[in-house]
Amino acid sequence: MIDAIFSYEFLQNAFAAGLIIGVIAPLLGVFIVVRRLSLIADALSHVTLAGIAGSLYLSQSVAAFALLNPLFLGIAASVFGSVLIERLRSLYKHYEELAIPIILSAGIGFGAIFISLAEGFSSDLFGYLFGSVSAVSREDLGIVAGIAVIVFLFISIFFKELFVLSFDDEYAKASGLPAKWIHFLFMIVTALVIAGSMRIVGILLVSSLMTIPVATAMRLSKSFKGTIILSIVFGEISVIAGLVTAFYFDLAPGGTIVVTSIMLLLFVIGFKKLSVSMKKGAVA
Amino acid sequence: MNAPLINIQDISFEYEQTKALENISLKVEEGDFLAILGPNGSGKSTLLKIMLGLIKPTKGKIELFGTDSKNFKHREWIGYVSQKSNSFNSGFPATVEEVVAGGLAKKSGLFHRMPKNYKVQVKEALEAVGMDAFIHRSISELSGGQQQRIFIARALVAKPKVLILDEPTVGIDHQNVQSFYNMLASLNRDKNITLVLVTHDVDTVTDKITHVACLNQTIHFHGYKDQLDTMSDEKRKAWYGHSVRKIHHAGGAH
Repeated sequence: MIDAIFSYEFLQNAFAAGLIIGVIAPLLGVFIVVRRLSLIADALSHVTLAGIAGSLYLSQSVAAFALLNPLFLGIAASVFGSVLIERLRSLYKHYEELAIPIILSAGIGFGAIFISLAEGFSSDLFGYLFGSVSAVSREDLGIVAGIAVIVFLFISIFFKELFVLSFDDEYAKASGLPAKWIHFLFMIVTALVIAGSMRIVGILLVSSLMTIPVATAMRLSKSFKGTIILSIVFGEISVIAGLVTAFYFDLAPGGTIVVTSIMLLLFVIGFKKLSVSMKKGAVA
Repeated sequence: MNAPLINIQDISFEYEQTKALENISLKVEEGDFLAILGPNGSGKSTLLKIMLGLIKPTKGKIELFGTDSKNFKHREWIGYVSQKSNSFNSGFPATVEEVVAGGLAKKSGLFHRMPKNYKVQVKEALEAVGMDAFIHRSISELSGGQQQRIFIARALVAKPKVLILDEPTVGIDHQNVQSFYNMLASLNRDKNITLVLVTHDVDTVTDKITHVACLNQTIHFHGYKDQLDTMSDEKRKAWYGHSVRKIHHAGGAH
């Protein structure tokens, strides 16, 4: 496998992009999970699908789109979707969760229309839906690296504000923090990470890389910083093991990465139960 | 003479065409320990949210430390302890130290890191509420009363001049309510922190507070706690909807 990584550029791209995504998806995912926004990641990934399918369709008829990386329109759609979600959440103050099914179904709806209009690109689309080891180009890697820089800058600049907002948003507003703006920026950055991650994990599974490693880490860590570190560790293990399995068995990496992360979660839940029952036994 | 720390002038507030507050005027002076009392739905929490700038009144004006609240820049001078059960995700993975340090976020400033000695400041705030031994514990492991003390420490760490508490005894068992109020009284007396407290439970009017405001959409009484006895039965009925029983504590009748 290591020889293959040195020999093939596409594998280098896939692994480099995977390692970056393994950090940024769980890093942002911690804030998404503790703020109970997990389903928003799903909604945005489906909006990204509409953008990508639109770009692939337009590339068949408009010359300019043939040269454009579909990821760009996917990113634009995802960011637009995040703004729409916020708009709907403020419109339906008493039913904020309504924004998620509306945007999610709009994403699938537009995606389905573009896919049926195109009557093609099934192999391209499969890669976008479930991830692909071979489809990550140098340009894709550059985009993922650029998104990672934005994520690191955003988290390091606003870490303390994001923590307060995540823990208690009413307190954040009362203490005079610009909660609305920070939340808006958070949604934009989330949209970027979802669009950037799907080359490896796939649109349908991208939200799982933002939530399952966090769910695993929360079983073990008492502190917020500890939860972030463990989430990244579990994210990286899932990505590396998932990519290796996908390469050797010619499987979609999205599936292998998610199944690995689920296995880690089950192992940690089992381990915790066992240690609790052993402690109880020792006390008795 | 110094300006009142909080000066509410003829405030009204309507929510979906229903009057929640009407012509409220109230002053909070330095050193006061004010309890705002009233039955459920009397507008107590709404009044607090208006004080904190979380909602805008339909009519009227608020001055904070002598400045119009719209131009007031020093939010860190006002500490806030919200209703624990409403705003806090009880399974949140954070240590007590992390939660209390969050109270320094506004004071440190946007684009700035926490102060280098933030751990010392967190420890001091926890000592003030008698919770320094819990600094490395997970917030979700603590009881309701302990969590509420941690939230007070989070407000204290920024060294506020006024502390506003919304129903702070919700979720605290009856035996611990008294010691909770002792702690608040000590903050008021020993650290000269002005306190504004909201509760719907008249029983909590202990000998610790200095001032009372009786609210039910409008202010029915505002003055020294001892003057509450001079309130007529009719006024009490108008305020609470029925006669309010006087409660006798060790410190005297209330």
